[in-house]
Amino acid sequence: MSKYIVNSSEEQQEMLDELGCASFAELFRKAGVLGAPQLSIPEGVTEFEAYRDMAALAAENHVFKHVFRGAGSYKHFIPSAVKNIVSRNEFVTAYTPYQAEVSQGILQGIFEYQSMMCELTGMDVSNASVYDGGTAAAEAVMMCVDRKHHKILLSRGINPEYRKVVHTYHQFSDSIEIEEFGTDFEVDSNTAGVFVQYPDFFGNIPDLVKIKEKAGDAKLVVIANPTALGLLEAPGKLGADIVVGEGQQLGMPMSFGGPYLGFMCAKEKLVRQLPGRIVGQTVDKDGKTCYTLTLQAREQHIRREKASSSICSNEALCAFTAAVYLAAVGPKGLYDVADTSFQLAHYLADRLNEIGLSVVNKGEFFNEFVTECPIDSKELMKHLYEKDILGGLLLSNNRILWCATEVNTKEEIDWLVDVIREVL
Amino acid sequence: MSVIFELSKANRRCAVFPDRGVHQYKLSDGHVRKNLELPEVAEVDLVRHYMGLSRKAFGVDNGFYPLGSCTMKYNPKINEEVAALEGFNEIHPLQPASTVKGALKALKQLQDALCDLTGMDAMTLKPAAGAHGEFTGMQIIRKYFVSNGMPERNEVIIPDSAHGTNPASAAMNGLKVVAVKSNENGGVDLESLQAAVGEHTAALMLTNPNTLGLFDENIQEITRIVHEAGGLCYYDGANLNAVMGLVRPGDIGFDVIHLNLHKTFATPHGGGGPGSGPVGCKSFLAKHLPEPVIGENGFENSEDSIGSVRSFYCNFLVCMKALTYIKVMGADGLKLASENAVLNANYLLHKIKDIYDVSYDRVCMHEFVLSLQRLKDETGVSAKDVAKALLDFEIHPPTMYFPLIVHEALMFEPTETESRETLDRCAEVLRHLHGLAYSDPEYFKGVPHSTVVSQCDEVRAARNPVLRYEKDTEASA
Repeated sequence: MSKYIVNSSEEQQEMLDELGCASFAELFRKAGVLGAPQLSIPEGVTEFEAYRDMAALAAENHVFKHVFRGAGSYKHFIPSAVKNIVSRNEFVTAYTPYQAEVSQGILQGIFEYQSMMCELTGMDVSNASVYDGGTAAAEAVMMCVDRKHHKILLSRGINPEYRKVVHTYHQFSDSIEIEEFGTDFEVDSNTAGVFVQYPDFFGNIPDLVKIKEKAGDAKLVVIANPTALGLLEAPGKLGADIVVGEGQQLGMPMSFGGPYLGFMCAKEKLVRQLPGRIVGQTVDKDGKTCYTLTLQAREQHIRREKASSSICSNEALCAFTAAVYLAAVGPKGLYDVADTSFQLAHYLADRLNEIGLSVVNKGEFFNEFVTECPIDSKELMKHLYEKDILGGLLLSNNRILWCATEVNTKEEIDWLVDVIREVL
Repeated sequence: MSVIFELSKANRRCAVFPDRGVHQYKLSDGHVRKNLELPEVAEVDLVRHYMGLSRKAFGVDNGFYPLGSCTMKYNPKINEEVAALEGFNEIHPLQPASTVKGALKALKQLQDALCDLTGMDAMTLKPAAGAHGEFTGMQIIRKYFVSNGMPERNEVIIPDSAHGTNPASAAMNGLKVVAVKSNENGGVDLESLQAAVGEHTAALMLTNPNTLGLFDENIQEITRIVHEAGGLCYYDGANLNAVMGLVRPGDIGFDVIHLNLHKTFATPHGGGGPGSGPVGCKSFLAKHLPEPVIGENGFENSEDSIGSVRSFYCNFLVCMKALTYIKVMGADGLKLASENAVLNANYLLHKIKDIYDVSYDRVCMHEFVLSLQRLKDETGVSAKDVAKALLDFEIHPPTMYFPLIVHEALMFEPTETESRETLDRCAEVLRHLHGLAYSDPEYFKGVPHSTVVSQCDEVRAARNPVLRYEKDTEASA
């Protein structure tokens, strides 16, 4: 026996004896629990066997050597120092930092995360994370609506995964209305917020200044790609009231969709509408600078059914990872990641255009774009899979959403184009 | 200790990126960022900064963590190694199903094991945390009544001892919360429950063992009352660590359940997350589970699904850790874990209950709640003082002031992964502090005495929020 249980069977029996119980069955009977079900889960195995089993499952997945797919999950380089730091057991095995005296390390780390996210997005305040990009967008809806404003306008340029989450979250609300729009929208006196993605799902860079003008008094909510913000102007400088999004790009592997990081930042006036944990700086009894969870009066453990969100556990270690990543790459590194992704995507777009996969995007784009394919895209994808290439995402029979990041190379793109040409 | 921004020096670099030789493309000026003030640090400075922070953090690996309701058990290291496998890390969520067979198989194995353990027919791994699971479960229940033409069933009954996430998750879905009182044994008061159910009842939301650490002996009667009134029963799996292999919620009348992989299944809490909050249900509700579900040929969608509660599928790496844990533990090990969790809690309680008042004096499950009201009345020393004083003995404080129905509450959950010596020492420390409260109450004025900071001014933090570093107005000044 190990099973991570410390006390030996003999010690367990001694402890039972001390409690006046002959057996576990008697202990449970006294606690009001009778009988036990028959389970079909097999008996336990040793760690050696479990590892072998799990490694075999991992080996049944194909890790593509060449990735040109994004659509909400991106392959970026993760510096070794980042992986090393965030695997420290003091961080990994800690609980939510309720006890400030022994949690200064985590609290300060989250405070630094909040500071970096504010800087990146051009906002004043940030929370300590929510589950992912989709839930961040859904929670932002609650920040916009009030007694007089119930309507949310959702751009179809937003990742369809996120839009689905927004609709699901609010489907049973009596008052919130969610409408989608294509290229243009009209606000009325009931409009609470206008949601756009920057760059959008198809890679396009929307003109936030114009959108804000049109939105008027409604709040402008920008779902941003944080990597892109190494190159693109901060949404806060262009009129955004709330900036949320997916932070997986900041040091987390693609890992089949999670755990990821939902970030939420806002202008100062909205701080009390911001859901989830927030870390604040203060002083201790000796006047020493310290950090603590703050503004908790908004949260479920205080407000119960009156809280706007039920979030308790968040994605703290992912937020911590994002902060370590941003510090490791610094402003120049983040610019390099963003610019290289931008450059390679444009090179890829030009090369694909040359061979007849015409680019659909009309305006400027970041590191993703859509092409129209002269042949059946499904066939093309199959051909690419055989060459160990995860091509762009199929949007329809003839439309493909491509992506390039700094992990791709010019030579790889030239070769991809040659491979595609074989089937055209 | 400096914040990392204060270590920044122009042009210092840690990570550098290769030049890919493409530079000819230009973004129009309006789109280009003018300024970005992130820290500029060298790798060694980065590492030392975070090692400094790690010394000021406290995890299960640092010491005893009897934080009630949070199940802070030891997190086996093999789980981290498994989650770091390239075949799990480097797969894109939108890869073709034929290239992620291992991932789908693993998720299916986890779902099946969790169904078996809880007596449920179907399971989704999608929710990212316990409260997210509650939210999902409430959506499933709401969807069920709305799609069966009973939208008027919009009330959720929640005992007054429940976690705050319960009422919040219900209210987020437009459901009205009806609170019911606890009886003198800490269980659901049957008369109050009978009075609360009716034609508007959508569900009862219950934690069992409850937040006092007590198994409700009337549980079958409780679920029968709710079902007879036409409502469904929702099981908050926060306390499942007490009953694995001993009680299956599905066998005692529960229709929907959420679990916390980061509590019961030994995945680390990461300073607040990521967690994972799978939701299970009986077959008549399975079609409402969030999409996609894992079928025979990979992911499938159902027309009657509530929709999607997050992007992609689940906190996949957390699920892989939990599956590894279940494989190692097996049916025998999981039962042994619950048995020892309950034994350890009763053992610790036994060692202190002659001097501390327990909220309800009976055999507890995996946790118990003390009331320090009498101590406070007699000495002025509060539950918080005692909790904070534990820090000087390198014991993480128990949960304080919860559940709300117990005055001056301290909730201890030792878990099964602690030794008898650890429990003995904790009991000794608690006895020592009890003595000090009478002999030297002044001692508690400055607790904790040995930590890097003590008694952070929370009022100031809330009144004058400083929520980010700013170069010009260094708040420490």
